[in-house]
Amino acid sequence: MLQSKIPDRSHLMSVLWDIQRKKRCIEPEDITKISQVFDISKTELEGVISFYHFYHFKDVGKYTIYLNNSIVSEYSGRDEIRQAFEDAIGVGMGKVTSDKMFGLFDTPCIGLSDQEPACLINFKPFTHLNRQKVFDIINQIKSGKNPSEICDIPKSKIQYTPSAERTVFFKPYSWFTALKKLEEYPPDQIIDIVKQSKLAGRGGAFFPTGLKWQFCRQYESDIKYIVCNADEGEPGTFKDRVLLQEHPELVIEGMIFAAYAVGASQGTIYLRAEYMYLKEDLENLLEKYRSHGYLGKNIPAQKPFDFDIYIHLGAGAYVCGEETAMLNSMEGKRGEPGTKEFFPVQKGYKGKPTVVNNVETLATVPRIFEMGVENWLKLGTTKTPGTKILSVSGDCPNKGIYEIEWGMKFSEFLKLTGVEKPKIVQFSGPSGDCLSISPNESKTLRSSPRKSRDFLADNEYDRVISGEDITCGGSVMIFNETRDILHIIKSFSDFFVAESCGICVPCRTGNFLLNKKLQKIINGHGEKKDLEDIKSWSNIIRTSSRCGLGQMSNNSLLQAIAKFPDVFDKALEENSDYNPAFNMANATAEYDRIIKEINANYE
Amino acid sequence: MNKPITINIDGKNIKTFEGRNLVDVAKENGIFIPTLCYFRDMHPLATCRICTVNLNGRQTTGCTTKVTDGMEIEINTPELLDNRKAIIEMLYAEGNHFCPSCEKSGKCDMQNLGYDMGITVTRYSHVFSNKLVDFNPKRMIMESNRCILCKRCVEQVKTKDGQSVFSFVNRGVKTHVQIDYEQEEKLTESEAMKTMNLCPVGAILIKGMIQEEPFGERKYDIFGKQKSPVIQGPGVFKEPNEKFIVATTSLAGCFGCHMSLLDIDLEILDMLEVVEFNKSPLTDIKNFSKHCHVGLIEGGCANSENIHVLKEFRKKCDILISFGECAIMGGIPAMRNFVPLEECLEEAYLNSTTSELGANIIPGHPDIPKLLNNVYPCNEIVKIDYYIPGCPPNAQHIWKVVKSILLGEEFSIAHDEFKYD
Repeated sequence: MLQSKIPDRSHLMSVLWDIQRKKRCIEPEDITKISQVFDISKTELEGVISFYHFYHFKDVGKYTIYLNNSIVSEYSGRDEIRQAFEDAIGVGMGKVTSDKMFGLFDTPCIGLSDQEPACLINFKPFTHLNRQKVFDIINQIKSGKNPSEICDIPKSKIQYTPSAERTVFFKPYSWFTALKKLEEYPPDQIIDIVKQSKLAGRGGAFFPTGLKWQFCRQYESDIKYIVCNADEGEPGTFKDRVLLQEHPELVIEGMIFAAYAVGASQGTIYLRAEYMYLKEDLENLLEKYRSHGYLGKNIPAQKPFDFDIYIHLGAGAYVCGEETAMLNSMEGKRGEPGTKEFFPVQKGYKGKPTVVNNVETLATVPRIFEMGVENWLKLGTTKTPGTKILSVSGDCPNKGIYEIEWGMKFSEFLKLTGVEKPKIVQFSGPSGDCLSISPNESKTLRSSPRKSRDFLADNEYDRVISGEDITCGGSVMIFNETRDILHIIKSFSDFFVAESCGICVPCRTGNFLLNKKLQKIINGHGEKKDLEDIKSWSNIIRTSSRCGLGQMSNNSLLQAIAKFPDVFDKALEENSDYNPAFNMANATAEYDRIIKEINANYE
Repeated sequence: MNKPITINIDGKNIKTFEGRNLVDVAKENGIFIPTLCYFRDMHPLATCRICTVNLNGRQTTGCTTKVTDGMEIEINTPELLDNRKAIIEMLYAEGNHFCPSCEKSGKCDMQNLGYDMGITVTRYSHVFSNKLVDFNPKRMIMESNRCILCKRCVEQVKTKDGQSVFSFVNRGVKTHVQIDYEQEEKLTESEAMKTMNLCPVGAILIKGMIQEEPFGERKYDIFGKQKSPVIQGPGVFKEPNEKFIVATTSLAGCFGCHMSLLDIDLEILDMLEVVEFNKSPLTDIKNFSKHCHVGLIEGGCANSENIHVLKEFRKKCDILISFGECAIMGGIPAMRNFVPLEECLEEAYLNSTTSELGANIIPGHPDIPKLLNNVYPCNEIVKIDYYIPGCPPNAQHIWKVVKSILLGEEFSIAHDEFKYD
C-alpha cells in the first residue's frame, strides 16, 4: 500500500501504536511497510521502535501486564504480586504464555504510587493489588471480561488543601471563566502578568514561565507550538495524573493562554502511555472546547486567534520528559535530548519556536487570572508565590495528593502525612533531594553536594518547602526506619541505567559503571576507596552529561553518602591490596562443573 | 556573523568573529580541545562530551558553543582534564578494545587521545560485554566491540535518496549501531570508503580492505612523536649499599613482554650493577627468596595458579607494575571472555584442527590449574601501582619506566614509545 504522499513523520508514533495495540507487536512485514510509507530506512525505524519500551518486536500477549518496579511499589509488596501473577498466568516475569494470552513485564513507575501495588493491563489501571485480587483479575479476563470493564479508575485521594480562600487548584472551577480575560488583555500584557506572578516551571526545573513565553514571543515564525508536558515519569509523582483527572479544563485553558501570549497556533499534550486511560476523556473535553469556540479558528480575545490542541501519546521512555527529547519524540524520532545549541523557544518542534510547559504550570495560569495576580501573590513565599501540588507515597498512612502553600515547614508537612518514625524523605524523585530526618545525623551538615542549593538549616526538620529552601517537582517518597538507604539508592541507580537514552558517554556508561560499584558495596565487598570513586565518578557524570537526566542522576546518591555516613561506614571495609570482590570459588565454579560432568560421563 | 569579537580562553585573549565554533577558533589559535564525535564541517553531535569546557563558569560542550563577545572559557583546568581522561577510560571499559588486533590501530582517534592523555589503565573495571560483529552487509563489517557510539555514521551516511544507512537501536547501555543491509548496498565504493574513514575508531570496516601504511607509520604515529605526557609516582626506598631487587613473572601472556625486556641487549649488564633479579623466568628462581622492591607482571589472570602467583607478588613486592596489554586489561586471552568456558575447552581439546581424530578428553586433574570463568586484568585482583602499556612495550621504554620508578624520578613517555599496540 504505497501512498503517493509521504505522511508527516510526527504521525509515526501513533501508527506504531495502532499496530502495537492491534497485533501486540510490530513485525518485520509491518516494519517494511511503514518504512516504505514514511520513506525511511528499516534500520532507522527499528531504531525508533526499540527506543520505546512499550513497542515490541515480539508478541507481548493479548493481555499485556506491566507491573511497576519502583522502590515504592517494591516496599508495598511488589514481590508477592509478581509471584501471584506468575502463578496465575503460569509464566515468569518478562515472558508470554504459550497461548499468547498473557504477557508479564516490568515497567518503571506508572504514576499510581499512592495506590500500590499497582499494574497496567492493556494500559488499564489496577490498584491496591493483593494475591487474591490478582487471581480474580486473571480469572475474569480468562472468562472473557475486558480489562476496561474491571479496572480501577484511580482515585484522586486529595489529602490536604489550604483553607478555601488560599486554595489554588482543588476547588470548583467553571469553565471558560479565566478565558474571558483574553478579551481584556493583549498578549504582551498576559506575559507581563505571568511574569509578575513569578510562576516558574513546576516540573522541577523552576524556569520562569513568563520569561519563557516572552522569549518565544519575540522569535518571528510562521508557526509556533505549545507543548504540555504530561510525561510525568519521575518515580513517585502522580500529581499531573490527578490534575488531568480533576481539572483537565485548567490545563487546556492554560495552553490557550500560552498560545495567545506567544502567538502559537498548534498545541500538543504529550501524554505518557501509562496514562492512556485518560486520553479518551481528554479528547472529549477538547471537542467540547472546540464546540464552544475556544479551540479552532477565531478564538475570542482582544486579538482573536487560531489554536487547536492534539494529544501525542508517548511509548515508555522517562527521558522524553526532558523537553528537547520530548520534541524529538513528537517528531517521530528516538527520544534523545538535543544538543542544546538552541532553546526550544527559538528552535523547537520541527525547528519552530516552541513553549514546553508542565501540566501543573499550565493549570496554574487560568487560576492566576481568575483570582487576580495581587491575590495570588499573597499566597506562598516571596520567591515562590502560590501553592504546590505534592504526590506523597511510601511509608505513611495518608498517601495521596497535597496542595500546600509554598513556605510550609517540612516538619509540619510530615505531620500531615501521619508518618511514624520516618528516616528518609526523597523529594522530587530519584533525581531530587534525599532528606535525612534523624536529627542527630544531619546536624553537622551545612552544604549539600549540589552546589546550587545550600542547606539553610542545621536540621532538615526545620527546612521549608519553598523556592528559598527545598523546592520540589512533585514527588515525595517517605521511607521509615526499617528501610535500607543502600537499597533505595541502588533502586534509583537501576532506574537511571534503564532510562538513560544512551547517547552521551558519561550518562550511559558512567551510570552503568557506578551501578556496578554500588552492587559491589551491597555485596559486602566495598572498600573505603570505593566511596571516593563513587564521589568522583558522580561528579564527572554531573558535569559532563548532556541533559538533566545524567546531570541529576547522582544527586540522591551523593546526598545519601553525606547524610548517612554510618550506613556507609558499616558497609565498607578498610582499603586493601587485594580486591575483596574477587572470589576464587565463584571464579572457578564453572570449570569445576564442566570437569565434573566430563568425569561423570566416563563412569 | 562577521562581527569581530574578543574571547578569553585559559587567560589568553583571542580575537575572532562572532558565531564561530569554539573548537575551531581554539584550534586556529593553537589551543587544542580534544574531540571524538566532532568532525569538520559536520553539525556538532555532542555525544562524546570530552570537549566539555567551562563557559562563564558553567560546563558545556565546546563543539556546540558559538562564540560571542567577552566569553570566558576555561579548557584545561585540572578537573576538566581529568573528566576528559575519565570519559575516554569509560569508553575503553565499556567497549572491547584490543588495539593489537585492530585494523585501525595508529589511525584511531580514541587510541590517539589515550596516548595524548597518558592513559595507562582505566579506573573502571572492564565490562567485557558480548557485542555483535556483523559480517552480513555486502561490503562492510560492523564491529560493535569497537564502536563508541559517536553517531557520526548515523547522522552523516545517507543513500542518494536520503535514507539512513546506520541507526542507533535500543537505549541505555544496550544502545548499539545497526547497519541497514539494503541501504548499505546502495552506497557507491567511494561512499563506503568515506564511511570507513568517517568512523573515528575501527568499528566500520570494508571487507578485504588493507590499510596501506604499516603499523608505526600511520597518521597518529607520525603526529604524536613530539608529545610526551608526564607521569610520576612514589619511588622506592632502599638502603644505600643495597641493590634494587626486582622480580618478574608471566601469567596469562605470551612471554612476548619478557622477550621485549631482553631487547636492551648488553645494557642488561649495566643494569645488573644496580639491579638484582629474584624470582623471575630470567633467573629461573622459582620461589621468592627475599622481599623485592619491584615486581613486573606480564599477562592477565586466566587460571587459579595465575591468581596465586599474582597475590604472592603483591605480598612480596613493594611496587607492582603491570606491563603489556594482557596484564593491564586481559589482552588477547581476554577475547575468550565472550565465549562460554565449555565451548573454549571443547574448541581447544576436541574440535580444533590439530586435535587427533576421536579426541574426547578435556584434561582435568587436581594438579592442573583451574581455568577461571573470565580472564581478569591484574588490577581487578590486586592493587597495581604502575602500568606500562604496549603489545609488547618497547625494551628501552620498560627500563626507562622501571628505572624512574626505582629512583623516584618524574618521567615522561614520548607518544611513539607509549603504545597500546
